[in-house]
Amino acid sequence: MTVQTADTIVPVKAGPDLRLLRLAEAFAIPIGALIASALAFAVFLLVIGKNPLDFYSLVWTGGFGSSFSIQNSLQRAAPLILTGLAFAIPARIGLTMIGGEGALVLGGFAAAAFAIPLVTNGVPPAVTLLLMALIAMLAGGIWIGIAGWLRHYRGVNETISSLLLSYIAIAIMNFFVEGALRDPASANKPSTMPIGDAYRIGAIPGTDVHWGFAAGIVLAIVLWVLMNRTTFGFAARMTGGNARAAKAQGLPVGWLMVVCSMIAGACAGLAGFFEVAAIHGQANASLVAGYGFTGILVSFLARHNPLAVVPVAILFGAIAASGGVVQRRMDMPDATVLVLQGIMFVVLLVSETLYGRIKLFQPPALGDRT
Amino acid sequence: MNDALVTVLIAMLGGAIRVSTPFMFVALGETLTEKSGRINLGLEGNLVLGAMVAYAASYLTGSPWLGVLAAGVSGLFLGALHGYICKLPKVNDIAVGIAIMSLGTGLAFFFGKPFIQPTAPRLDAIRLGDWTGNPALAQALQVNPLFFVGIALAIFMWWALRNTKWGLIVRMTGDSAASARAMGVSVDLVRFLATASGGFLAGIGGAFLSLYYPGSWNQGLSSGQGLMAVALVIFARWDPIKCIFAALLFGAAGAIGPSLQSIGISQGYYFFNAAPYILTLFIMIASARSKGAAREVPGELSMTK
Repeated sequence: MTVQTADTIVPVKAGPDLRLLRLAEAFAIPIGALIASALAFAVFLLVIGKNPLDFYSLVWTGGFGSSFSIQNSLQRAAPLILTGLAFAIPARIGLTMIGGEGALVLGGFAAAAFAIPLVTNGVPPAVTLLLMALIAMLAGGIWIGIAGWLRHYRGVNETISSLLLSYIAIAIMNFFVEGALRDPASANKPSTMPIGDAYRIGAIPGTDVHWGFAAGIVLAIVLWVLMNRTTFGFAARMTGGNARAAKAQGLPVGWLMVVCSMIAGACAGLAGFFEVAAIHGQANASLVAGYGFTGILVSFLARHNPLAVVPVAILFGAIAASGGVVQRRMDMPDATVLVLQGIMFVVLLVSETLYGRIKLFQPPALGDRT
Repeated sequence: MNDALVTVLIAMLGGAIRVSTPFMFVALGETLTEKSGRINLGLEGNLVLGAMVAYAASYLTGSPWLGVLAAGVSGLFLGALHGYICKLPKVNDIAVGIAIMSLGTGLAFFFGKPFIQPTAPRLDAIRLGDWTGNPALAQALQVNPLFFVGIALAIFMWWALRNTKWGLIVRMTGDSAASARAMGVSVDLVRFLATASGGFLAGIGGAFLSLYYPGSWNQGLSSGQGLMAVALVIFARWDPIKCIFAALLFGAAGAIGPSLQSIGISQGYYFFNAAPYILTLFIMIASARSKGAAREVPGELSMTK
């Protein structure tokens, strides 16, 4: 590829200043949106006759109040980091992939199904878990990869196709879990054969948090480097900015889209692997827990930045962790979290209109710079 | 064997008529929205919220038709929200659709909890098949009035889009915002109204789900019908009449699983449950880049570019 160097163009003098302003804007607007949505939800609570102060203090204690609740929050953040990344990476190349839920379910199911012959033949746990993780990433990667491929080569809208693929993935799991791969012992909740305690992945030493959290952080860093510090990432972001221009520059747009989609699917599939290997020990309907959908919101709040995904995912992990306490103590349905997320999502998108419009964050106009 | 086939076909016919109605309403709503040049992916949220509101209103007032109206109003609310947010600069209509989807489902699950147990009065069907003397056929030909309302609406929309001033304004806004502005039309207002009315129709589709078929309110009531209906609009080439046939086709696909179960084939039930999604995907693959779609697509849509 030939990129013309623009050495004739003199960069604007206020370089670092401008960067700082952009950074401040990128922090201030999402945080402002978060506060605004918390206020909007407080109004909602007042309307239905609940005390918002009780709610927020319960979320705080339930999410961060004790070392137990902090570990619970981090544990629940693990799949959200991975599904958040699953939305963020395609978003950077201009794709709106909302199929993380399906890739998670399919990845978890593939890992659980693949583990059965390994466990029965006594393959060592470390090897088994490694193979399970790889197969989960492969299954998820192919699944979202299909949506990326269809988008580029057939012009199929990836948002709709990836969500359809999610429903198909859930149907595939149900088909096998209710049929060929059903553990006869799972009477009320059809499941695959349990992998057994010896094959469970453990916790990070000194904590009760499973390894998925560490894997999420490592992946977030790796993907940040990939997207921000490599030629691949530069090409992907350029495609996201203007696909036609990228194509005119000779970038392999279709290949980039498929690879980004496959990375996304692999992240979500890995989340499914950890759900099976660390939490459930088998594949069943519990995998369909909405992590894929919450991941979309996580990614939007993180402005599709892989590093920012981590703290945002911890925040949502804490909200999820406090869900039980809020339900019991305030007598509210479990869908409360869904309403809160819905309001946050809407407010957050409204806030996108503010970029470049708040005077505080704008560089002084050329005329002012005397 | 032949009898079994006939049973399956009759069950699929009945299923197609029953299952297609919500598809039809959502697809008509989406057609109107997309004709004005905007995409509302959030109609799944309207569908679920509409289903809950209809059931609750029917239970509380005792009148299922008031439930239908209430469902429409709830859909109107979500549609108006979508329409309002999308007119702000720098806001992506697809992302707003996802947000509306999650807000609609969240609100429906939150307020719908007390209505899962009680039984609300349901909509009555018109018995069209009693003269046949065949109980299976008579069962299949029990048609809900909303089905005919949907067909009438589709014909009206088809006529109005072609032959009225309002129809011309909507089409012009969808094909070229610049020329609409040049004619002195407020693009934002037209799109806001089209999205809000589209939301109203999708809400009514939801009322059909909870008040007729399957005919109860629970959290698993809709699983992507609203989204499939959006995909169906592309397949129907933004033509209200074709939306009816597409909806019937989708309804028939959705009825395969239950129909086979009615003659005792339950093997692969979960696989057949996936049939509508697979069909939608294949239809999208076949129709996304066809010449026909390229000719008919409203010029301002961001989805098919």
